[in-house]
Amino acid sequence: MQSETPKGGRLRYAPRLLLLIPFVAMLWVPSYNALQPELAGVPFFYWYQLAWILIGAALVAIVYLIEIGIARRAE
Amino acid sequence: MNAPATIVFVALFLLVTVIGFVAARWRKADLNLLHEWGLGGRRFGTIVTWFLLGGDLYTAYTFIAVPALVFGKGAIGFFAIPYAVLLYPILYVVFPRLWGVAHARGHITAADFVRDRFDSRMLALAVAVTGVVATMPYIALQLVGMEVVIGALGFPTEGLIGHLPLIIAFLVLALFTYKSGLRAPALIAVVKDMLIFVTVIAAVVVIPAKLGGYGAIFAKVPPEKLILAPPSGDSFGAYSAYATLALGSALALFLYPHSMTGILSASDGFVIRRNAALLPAYSFILGLIALLGYMAIAAGVGEDATHAAGFARYGPNYAVPALFLTSFQPWFVGVAFASIAIGALVPAAIMSIACANLFTRNLYKEFLRPDCTDAQEAKVAKIVSLVVKIGAVVFILALPQAYAIQLQLLGGIWIIQLLPSILLGLYTRSRNASALLIGWAAGLGTGTYMAAAQGFASSVYPLSVFGVTLPGYAALYSVVLNLLLALGLTPVFNRLRAQRLAPADR
Repeated sequence: MQSETPKGGRLRYAPRLLLLIPFVAMLWVPSYNALQPELAGVPFFYWYQLAWILIGAALVAIVYLIEIGIARRAE
Repeated sequence: MNAPATIVFVALFLLVTVIGFVAARWRKADLNLLHEWGLGGRRFGTIVTWFLLGGDLYTAYTFIAVPALVFGKGAIGFFAIPYAVLLYPILYVVFPRLWGVAHARGHITAADFVRDRFDSRMLALAVAVTGVVATMPYIALQLVGMEVVIGALGFPTEGLIGHLPLIIAFLVLALFTYKSGLRAPALIAVVKDMLIFVTVIAAVVVIPAKLGGYGAIFAKVPPEKLILAPPSGDSFGAYSAYATLALGSALALFLYPHSMTGILSASDGFVIRRNAALLPAYSFILGLIALLGYMAIAAGVGEDATHAAGFARYGPNYAVPALFLTSFQPWFVGVAFASIAIGALVPAAIMSIACANLFTRNLYKEFLRPDCTDAQEAKVAKIVSLVVKIGAVVFILALPQAYAIQLQLLGGIWIIQLLPSILLGLYTRSRNASALLIGWAAGLGTGTYMAAAQGFASSVYPLSVFGVTLPGYAALYSVVLNLLLALGLTPVFNRLRAQRLAPADR
């Protein structure tokens, strides 16, 4: 079944570019070194980084699901 | 001595001891084969791998030391969280590929992989020795974690009587590891995780309730500790320190032999990918554990006279035990402390097995006894794992705690030097072992120098570049140098070798 998904070739790995996003977010320290806005009494610096744990996991999950989807369609 | 806590503690400890011995019968196979003893037969699926890697990566030392750093230094201690965020993209992209090669070629250790891809015994030796040397202090530090909670239970800690609980604990660990290999920590990790989850959930619900909510907790922390000090002058100050600590630690973690062992024991590459999405559950727990440091400040354990002796002996590492003693019923203190002690057993077991795998495959079999049988190989590994543990106990009992911490610091700087070998081995075609050896040596030397320049008190080195100061993690700086040298010298050396081998073409 030939769809637009390329078999082989580098483009197959394009979803992984999503995984660069956590690097940008976490390494750009000045963007989160602040106390406000607070969430449930927790300063921004702390809840933001905790949130990124979940966002990062979600991104990996998304990439995983896309890649097994591509692999299944290629069969 | 805290009787209810101790009773619960000992009971849970006995439980995992039994599990450790019974584990030999789980997924029964011939434990006289190294890949069965040392890699669990490579049959661990998604769920078991999740428990094993979680137990591997989140150690007792993590649970004691991260809050201790937050308790003592404030915001900078939280770097463990961005570090955890960055781990999983790295795991997802790089390690299934490594697994694939290792599976196809029968590699048990990182040094096996390097030896094969670079066709170099010297580089493999460098990788093996680095792995073993970097791991030893880490094992010793798990003992520190155990020691702190045993001390907090009220046991006297001086003299032989004081050290007896620790010695017993390690004896037990040594015996069931000998018998069951990797299956033991894999199974015990399940118990450990349940205890940790229960303890942490209780902690983040009960303790803030007692202290008046999270807002009240943060309000009690001195403001200058609460966020990173903004950089001043020509320095990037805490910003670059924080970012490089996170990135460098993330790059280094999977290079440790025990991480490799955990990864290579998976049943296929997709198990690793799924775990890259599922393991972050532990990171979230780690984030909550880090906040325990602030809860300890808010609870005033530092000023509490009942904990003065503990802090005097263990420093900020006493923060979490003190907090639990203050906040929980005695029986639950037993549960909480058991979770930490068992949280020391699991990684210590895996680390010693990983060191044993490395030593046996890449030192013993490679250089001493190439024609040893499978049974001999497994036997040597079992003995080495025993010796490594004994060494760790002796180290902790004989030397000041500070040494172990400093050695662990250096260990992190050394282990990251394996990164170019793994990356180039996986992703490049024309490989040159000499270039990588030079990079490795340069990275090792530079990194150690940077730590020494700080008196081994800190691994953050103020690097001056074009008049700007970038305080950063020595491990990251040194591995960048290492990588640049490896990348740059590889084509040069390959060219030279080609010219040397084909003079007629000139």
